[in-house]
Amino acid sequence: MTPQTRPRFRAADLPGYLLLGFWTLMVLIPLWVMVINSLKPSLDIFRDPFGLPPRLSTEGYAALAVGGGFVTYFLNSLIITTTSILGVLALASAAAYGLANWTSRASKYLLLVFLAGMMIPIRIASINLLGLVKDLGLMDKLGGLFPIYVAMGLPMGVFVLTEFIKSVPKEILNAARIDGAGSVRIFVRIIVPLIRPALATVAIFNLVNLWNDLWFPLIIIRSDDQRTLMLGVTRLFGQYQTDWNKVLAVLTSASVPIILLYLLLSKQFIQGLTAGAVKE
Amino acid sequence: MASKKSLEIDRTLVWLWWILPALAVYVVFMAWPLFNSLRLSFYTGSGFKLDNFIGFDNYKRLFGGGEDSTRFLGAFRNTFVFFAVHMVVQNSLGLAFALLLSRKSMRGTSFFRTVIFVPATLAIVVTGFLWKLLLNPQWGPVNLLLTKIGLGDWALPWLGETNLALIVVSLVSSWQWVGIPTMIFLAALQGISEDYFEAAAMDGATPWQVLWNIKLPLMRPIMGVVAILTFTGNFNAFDVVFAMEGPNGPPAYTTDILGTYFYRTGIAGQHPVGIPDMGLGAAVSTITFVVLLVGVLSMQYLSRDTQGVRK
Repeated sequence: MTPQTRPRFRAADLPGYLLLGFWTLMVLIPLWVMVINSLKPSLDIFRDPFGLPPRLSTEGYAALAVGGGFVTYFLNSLIITTTSILGVLALASAAAYGLANWTSRASKYLLLVFLAGMMIPIRIASINLLGLVKDLGLMDKLGGLFPIYVAMGLPMGVFVLTEFIKSVPKEILNAARIDGAGSVRIFVRIIVPLIRPALATVAIFNLVNLWNDLWFPLIIIRSDDQRTLMLGVTRLFGQYQTDWNKVLAVLTSASVPIILLYLLLSKQFIQGLTAGAVKE
Repeated sequence: MASKKSLEIDRTLVWLWWILPALAVYVVFMAWPLFNSLRLSFYTGSGFKLDNFIGFDNYKRLFGGGEDSTRFLGAFRNTFVFFAVHMVVQNSLGLAFALLLSRKSMRGTSFFRTVIFVPATLAIVVTGFLWKLLLNPQWGPVNLLLTKIGLGDWALPWLGETNLALIVVSLVSSWQWVGIPTMIFLAALQGISEDYFEAAAMDGATPWQVLWNIKLPLMRPIMGVVAILTFTGNFNAFDVVFAMEGPNGPPAYTTDILGTYFYRTGIAGQHPVGIPDMGLGAAVSTITFVVLLVGVLSMQYLSRDTQGVRK
């Protein structure tokens, strides 16, 4: 890189550094307290919640691994989150392909119908959704979350992918058409590989939203073996409330996977979570 | 001519087939349940069977005085305070961060950007539970720290005081989400054409003048977007209060917001009966829907691009 990318320190920026530094502490200290104390015996936590553990204790994590259902909750979340994301990607990319290519006015209206879903939170429909899930025999089942999660992901997915497909140069598509490729072939061979960055954005947006969702598991699921991670966390929090070492082990293990992924892919995460916002 | 026409219809049908699966899921699991939930607000019944049409009776209970009305209007007011704290604290901080991070002379911006956004990747329940522990009046690190630095008088039971709890919960939520407005504002600032700044520099404008006469006016539409996002997010909030205070919005219902009130009436059932009143719940969600709709449309109108500068 050029030397310009590392500017010299300017005294006028000092207040700015102070504010950003203060906020860095505001963010990092709570997370530090969460992670570091999950490795201390409870007594040491109360004595000094900020320091390194005088002696390492993994009993909080051991308790999670052995009993309490944490592993089940974790796997349940993994299953429902991945299947729902795949569902969203498949349906949204197909719909986006149709909407981007169909030049009729109806296509524009349909896109607007999908967009409306980005403004209106689906929770408002909870009362009737509960009845629907019950009629489908999916009450108290992990699978009951699947159609709701797919529907939740569609508005943003359709919006982002339609914009992206529209930006694919027409020459590429026309060339393929002249070579006799049908719409399915063009979709699979040309569109999908080209829109991979947009698919990643949609996947990450849904990953964070669905992994972290509490509302729908809370209203649909009752049985312990069907609980998702966040619903399980509320149970374990209540159960271990006074046992800080265990509680913090629960909170740490529930959030560390996403945080690590975020540190690896922070650009995509920021893009995914703010996508759809920067439009009107 | 005829053959061309039928070819066009064929084409149309082909594209419709691609759209149909997504449209079906969207309509069945989102649009239709939404519409139906609005309709059910005019009914009452037991459990899932809402078959007794009662006109506006559910609404009369929410607005006509009495127990339900006190709770509902209280929750409505608290939701508004919750939203206002986010607008003032979260969005001003986000704007300040974005202005700093967009300065060319700043170093370490990608580090700060990563840090500011971390909390937005956490689950709201995890954030809520974590801060509940941090703010614990007996052993919480926050009060421990305050006592250590000689501010022991400030070591308050943050989540138990009727005039503090709602503000504290709102601040925790702002802590979590400040990364979103920061990134949106930052993208907008980086999108402003260099020409403006060069022209301003040539006219000898001070940094303040650049901020007030160039940056902020050009960001007006994006501020509208952020306001709308904050509004829809907050009128729909539930998790943070549920985690930090519980579904009843203690102390004394001072942290009860529309989300928790809706959960108690429509889903979980209220103390002491414990049976959900789904018709009443549907009325609460209908009102939330109307408020969202009116709010979003009017904010869109207020933040419309009056300068005609946005591409």
